[in-house]
Amino acid sequence: MNSPQIEIQLIAAVVAVACAIPGVFLVLRKMALISDAISHSILPGLVLGFFITEDLNSPLLIILAAFTGIITVVLVERIQKTGLVKEDTAIGLVFPALFSIGVILIAKNANDVHLDVDAVLLGELAFAPFDRLILGGVDIGPKSLIIMGVILLSTLLLLFLFFKELKVSTFDVGLSSALGFSPAIMHYGLMSISSVTVVGAFDAVGAILVVALMIAPAATAYLLTSNLKKMLTLSVCFGIFAAIAGYWLAHWLDASIAGSISTMLGFVFLTIYLFAPKKGLISVLYRQKQQRIEVSLLTFLLHLNNHQELKERHINHLREHINWQHVKAKTVVDLALKNNMITIDQQIISLTKKGSDFTNTALEYIITNKDEKIEHLKEDFFLFRG
Amino acid sequence: MKQKIAIQVDDLTVAYNYKPVLWDIDLVVPEAVLMAIVGPNGAGKSTLIKSILGIIDPIAGSVSIYGKPYDKQRKLVAYVPQKGSVDWDFPTTAIDVVMMGTYGSLGWIKRPGQKEKKASLEALEKVGMLSFKNRQISQLSGGQQQRVFLARALVQNAAIYFMDEPFQGVDATTEIAIINILKELRKAGKTVVVVHHDLQTVPEYFDWVTFLNVKKIATGPVKEIFNDDNLTKTYGINYKVAVNK
Repeated sequence: MNSPQIEIQLIAAVVAVACAIPGVFLVLRKMALISDAISHSILPGLVLGFFITEDLNSPLLIILAAFTGIITVVLVERIQKTGLVKEDTAIGLVFPALFSIGVILIAKNANDVHLDVDAVLLGELAFAPFDRLILGGVDIGPKSLIIMGVILLSTLLLLFLFFKELKVSTFDVGLSSALGFSPAIMHYGLMSISSVTVVGAFDAVGAILVVALMIAPAATAYLLTSNLKKMLTLSVCFGIFAAIAGYWLAHWLDASIAGSISTMLGFVFLTIYLFAPKKGLISVLYRQKQQRIEVSLLTFLLHLNNHQELKERHINHLREHINWQHVKAKTVVDLALKNNMITIDQQIISLTKKGSDFTNTALEYIITNKDEKIEHLKEDFFLFRG
Repeated sequence: MKQKIAIQVDDLTVAYNYKPVLWDIDLVVPEAVLMAIVGPNGAGKSTLIKSILGIIDPIAGSVSIYGKPYDKQRKLVAYVPQKGSVDWDFPTTAIDVVMMGTYGSLGWIKRPGQKEKKASLEALEKVGMLSFKNRQISQLSGGQQQRVFLARALVQNAAIYFMDEPFQGVDATTEIAIINILKELRKAGKTVVVVHHDLQTVPEYFDWVTFLNVKKIATGPVKEIFNDDNLTKTYGINYKVAVNK
């Protein structure tokens, strides 16, 4: 690896981490689309900043662009508050309007500069190492790395200081407000951070990949954990992984780095969506199948419980009577045998002590719906895990 | 015996989009009562609580908690929102939700430590949920979630408790467990204000009641004012059969 290669991966990883952190809170607040809106509507801010300073590297661009990000959020909320349209519609009204203002401004006035719509939408990581920050004749490093580094450190500091406030205002707005942690301050704080991050990142990775970097890692981590801190850590890991793997995918395919990183993010999400231990598709299907079998088991045990007469408990009779197919009947009988819930003596099935205890507990649960009774069964039976 | 005044509300008016939801409410709640707020849907019951707690800004009127404005007295007040107002799929555990009750006394930035954790565990034990402390909150039943919310209020160790429909969607056992804890709080001199829907249980559970339907209809001891007259005024239909004394 040569040094620009390392720098590109470093920039990609830093951008990924800086996006993943606010992304977690956006996803939990069900505001994922807001990041999409911000990433587009910062354009007029950038263009105006460029007109004022005539310098693409001016910090004023970031400030103005972040400010348009906040304006987007405020406008969306205003429109939503009228009660005439829902939030998604409000988002769809606001950001194309702002974005198109930016597009027109560029087309009318800035045709001869580097600022073009393609660069804004897609970014170009491959060129990022060549745009260097030079202070007093000394090369400090790629400009986007320095900018994103500063943004990331600020985000981390704020996250560390206000983790508890962010958590409570995200989970329970009412309580947060009653406790004196203004949800409005937390909301606009998060929106400001998101805006600044999007502005800082879009130059390197473009407006569309920024959205992927914010939402996909958080959405993936959400499938794996029920702990906010772990969700943050996992998001960061997924972001870094996709950034590095995406870079090498682009290297191998000789394709856009930003596009490859997005593809990796999608791939990671798909993998986790299929294989996550609790919320994953395969695990859900398996659980549903097990639950079906367990319902059958319970039906079978209840039948045994209700009938003392031998005729009703004969293995052949059971098959006809409960009207199950052979395979299903065998599965259920095997499961009951495996759990020592029944004994079979000369083709007559009897409940064991364990079997009748289990039936009674389950029956009581179904009647009373009291969760405490079946706590100990949750380990072994999917049926009782809700 | 002259009781201290825990909550005083003067001329409170709240409006959504210029339509009044609460109209000129005057309310005095003495200390150490267990009070139900009853009224039909849309009567402004939740809004009343929320505006007392400063979650909603009233367009007129004032609120005082033990003689001072709410934002000076936050630490004296615990709040249990409606269970449906939060996302129970949020990645967190029962103990963590209870710990949120301690955030108020910690203030900004400071993190909860061992002391807060211990208090939270005790609160969970009080509501019979200690064995579920590490359970993901979406894996709890409706009644268990409500108990966790109650524990979160208990850990605030407040003087006044506001609860928004704590009995909604809970089973009978939980309802009795919750009301017993609330009665204990009252015995300990705390004031408890509950938005309540089930009129049948008012005389059994509460000793104080406020009838609300945009305007305040009546407020006072259950024994004196919980009658057909006030029920009819509040709900607009004849309630003669509702309560057997």
